[in-house]
Amino acid sequence: MELKQDPLSMNGNGDRNGAPAATPVPPLRRIVIEAETEPIHVADRIIDQERAYADPVDGILIDQETEPAWVEQRMRTEALSIAYGGKVAVKEVSLEVNSGEVLALIGPSGCGKTTLLRSLNRLVELTPAAKRTGRILLDGESVDDFDVTHLRSRVGMLFQQPNPFPMSIFDNVAYGLRERGSKRPRKKELEPIVVDALERAGLWDEVSNNLNHPALALSGGQQQRLCIARSLAVSPEVLLLDEPCSALDPISTAIIEETIVSLRSEVAIVIVTHNLQQASRVADRVAFMYLGDMVECGAAGQVFGAPMAERTKEYIGGGFG
Amino acid sequence: MAASPANPPLSARKPPAKRPPAKIESSWSIMDRVGLGLAWAAGISMCVIAALIVGYMAYKGLQYVNWEMITTSPEASLDQSATGGFLDPIIGTLLLTTIGIVIAIPIGVAVAVWLTEYGRPSGLARAVESGVEIVAGTPSIVLAIFGLLIFQQSFMGIFSFTAEGGAVFGRSFITAGVMMSLVALPMIIGSTREAMMSIPRHVREASYALGKDKATTIRRVLLPSARSGIATGATLGMGRIAGDTAIVVILLGASMQITPEEGPGGLFRGTGSTLTSFVYNNSPAGEGNAPEKAYAAAFVLLLIVIGLNAAVGLIGRRNKPQWN
Amino acid sequence: MGAVQVVEAASLNGVKVSKVRDRTDRRVELLLGALASTILLLIAGMVIFVFLKGLPSFTHNGLAWFGSGGNVDDQLMNIFNSPANPDDYVYELRAWPLLYATALITLSAVIISTIFAVLSSIFIVEFAPLSLRRILEPVVRLLAAVPSVVYGLIGILVVVPWVHDHLISEDRKESVAYVIQLDGTSIAVGIFILTIMICPIMIAIVVDALRSVPANWTQGAAALGVNRWRAMWTVSVRAARPAIVAAAVLASARALGEAIMLSMVAGSVGFAPNPLDGFTFFLEPARPLASTIVDNAEGLSVVPFGQTMYAFALILLVSSAFLSFGGWAARRSLSKYTLGAR
Repeated sequence: MELKQDPLSMNGNGDRNGAPAATPVPPLRRIVIEAETEPIHVADRIIDQERAYADPVDGILIDQETEPAWVEQRMRTEALSIAYGGKVAVKEVSLEVNSGEVLALIGPSGCGKTTLLRSLNRLVELTPAAKRTGRILLDGESVDDFDVTHLRSRVGMLFQQPNPFPMSIFDNVAYGLRERGSKRPRKKELEPIVVDALERAGLWDEVSNNLNHPALALSGGQQQRLCIARSLAVSPEVLLLDEPCSALDPISTAIIEETIVSLRSEVAIVIVTHNLQQASRVADRVAFMYLGDMVECGAAGQVFGAPMAERTKEYIGGGFG
Repeated sequence: MAASPANPPLSARKPPAKRPPAKIESSWSIMDRVGLGLAWAAGISMCVIAALIVGYMAYKGLQYVNWEMITTSPEASLDQSATGGFLDPIIGTLLLTTIGIVIAIPIGVAVAVWLTEYGRPSGLARAVESGVEIVAGTPSIVLAIFGLLIFQQSFMGIFSFTAEGGAVFGRSFITAGVMMSLVALPMIIGSTREAMMSIPRHVREASYALGKDKATTIRRVLLPSARSGIATGATLGMGRIAGDTAIVVILLGASMQITPEEGPGGLFRGTGSTLTSFVYNNSPAGEGNAPEKAYAAAFVLLLIVIGLNAAVGLIGRRNKPQWN
Repeated sequence: MGAVQVVEAASLNGVKVSKVRDRTDRRVELLLGALASTILLLIAGMVIFVFLKGLPSFTHNGLAWFGSGGNVDDQLMNIFNSPANPDDYVYELRAWPLLYATALITLSAVIISTIFAVLSSIFIVEFAPLSLRRILEPVVRLLAAVPSVVYGLIGILVVVPWVHDHLISEDRKESVAYVIQLDGTSIAVGIFILTIMICPIMIAIVVDALRSVPANWTQGAAALGVNRWRAMWTVSVRAARPAIVAAAVLASARALGEAIMLSMVAGSVGFAPNPLDGFTFFLEPARPLASTIVDNAEGLSVVPFGQTMYAFALILLVSSAFLSFGGWAARRSLSKYTLGAR
């Protein structure tokens, strides 16, 4: 059911291959609008569409699409366990984070998704009671072997609540670059990087006229995109997103999802989300966690379409949440 | 995943753009290390200084203080270092603190209640708030000579000694006590306001729902709950009063022993000294030839003040009302 | 009371009863409001009285009151010895040495104390091991509670003799003997002890402010790969700037009014230390306004002398007011980027 007048269709001529449009209409938004007005049967929709792309030779859905050679493994956990005090939050989880794709961590609240995410950039160490066992590897090296600030400039993070610093937009994006190392880069050197980061985050058009505007005066969605730009400015290899859209309105959510998808080819992205529809929209691979266990991990199509574990089936079908 | 032109399936995607690896320098620059070192130095030296002050005072104080000193009055004699104790100054400190706090508590609580529960018109409330801040920031020496100014007027003669020619002395326990209450007032107002503001709205609403009017609610419900806050403010105020010297030097008449006046309330209209003025007078800055007594008195004073501040911590912890 | 009769006379008419309640409430409110307003009256009275009492000193000297010329102690002596005839009252005063001493000691102590307090607060909040942190917080509270006369006592019995014995050689004394005697009481000791006195107040405020910086920001900075010191300095301290200003203003007010301790250790001479003396500059005595009032308190009954003292008090009052205003203005301009986000 289409809306009579799509409020988001501005010019309507978004030609991806040809001339750039003034304001192209990403089809993603249409899906979002449609999704709001129809009852969702995620699993059915996924199955239908994936079947169209299934390998015609076998005629059946393959578990994991063969990945092209350039999807590289960036990070890997091996039997990672994290406990707070006595309570175990993450139990023996092994998963891979690859560049060129989006990995979604789904599961009900309190099941260790955020804890797992925060362990990837060792932010979990800020909580005094946390204990970690098992290994985390970044490009083959254990994450404990090098300086934690090194790690965090290679593995960036976005938080649930947008948290721009109380500075100007420019200063926010340039922050990561200014505050590492002894030589403070000059503004001239920083400008192209800042502009590039803002463009990749999809915020440039809206703020280009005044980069000295206080960051806190932006709207929630803009602030979150600013945070994306801030993280991108330090050229991370991996980007961790902790429910980045849960505090935002649907339109900002759509814009950010689009940004995530467009960034996918440059950085490895891990996104924790409660929202199954969001996971289905953006993720290439999905990992389902329940009470600290990694129940299932596989291609999005497979996990949503034909989940192997009973529990996954229940969760996706809405049996609990 | 929904395949679409914007989101091609994995097999159809382009390889990622190769970005040059970020140049990562060492994460702690020289300036950072210097800063960290300075922070450590500052923290440690705080501890060291405190240890030195308290340790030295304890060392010297215990060396000189004895039971006799605490229980005998100062004597007027040429050899100060050998005679007399500081009983009168101790009593003076206690008396002055009591007077000051007894005046300050009712006024302070009343003002705090007005500010939190009423506070209309709002311009007046803001002016009163600024006023309290000004009083808090006024040096005690200025309060002292202002007090002298007021209490030397002839109509204030009842508060102190009046000489033959009509000149009002203006210096007595009560005059010093009144100005001391100003020293304690901002603390009581501050603590009481905090305590009252932390009482959640539903408590007040419950009381109104039972048909009580505002005054009764304040008196019967809110003030009792704010008790620990009031006590905290009062104790802090007492600490400040006990430690203040300027007002004592100017407004207490500097008589070594407590000298009451004739007539009713003579003690309050009389003069005396406190531990603070005693220490001052026995140091080289005053008459100066009895540093032993100065150390002993300072030690006792320090104990009183530290005790009061420790009490603040205890009050806060034990009686904090729990609002569910 | 009339209120009771009204209640009895009324039927169970809700309106009438609540009107009675309102009247009592209104009385209470007016009573409390009047009491609160007396504070304002008190302050107004204080300012007006001190102003009126101190005015003659200014009017007799004009702007030269603030200047220098002659020995201020001699001038005060002359004022004290004024003849009894009001027409012959002596008012001449050049208060510059006192003003200079006040500004010098207060500013130095506040600047040093701010730096020290910010560094200590950073240490307490971020880098101190737990055991040290548990010691430091009561220590700071303790130092804030010590009376100024105790600081003065230790100063005059310990620090001043040490300075005299170790830092003031005979040569040094000779070099300035024509203007001033060096006996150890000096601005150096005064500033040193004053800094220790006002630091704990500032530390308490700044620690509170640093702790209340939202974890969002500190974690966000950490997640960007910024080391702990940089994150603390560029995010937390920056966000706490209004509080640091407030703490500095509070400490300045305290330093400005410190009379007893400085009277004991900074020297009781109305002398203006000369920066051209090099290191000896720090060892020269001085006496700020507040200490001058305390030292000369016995002479208040002599009319012109008292008026001169009230003039000093007026300067202190006005300075405190300026400080508060300046602090408020500075805090507002610092909040430009926070915009009520916190």
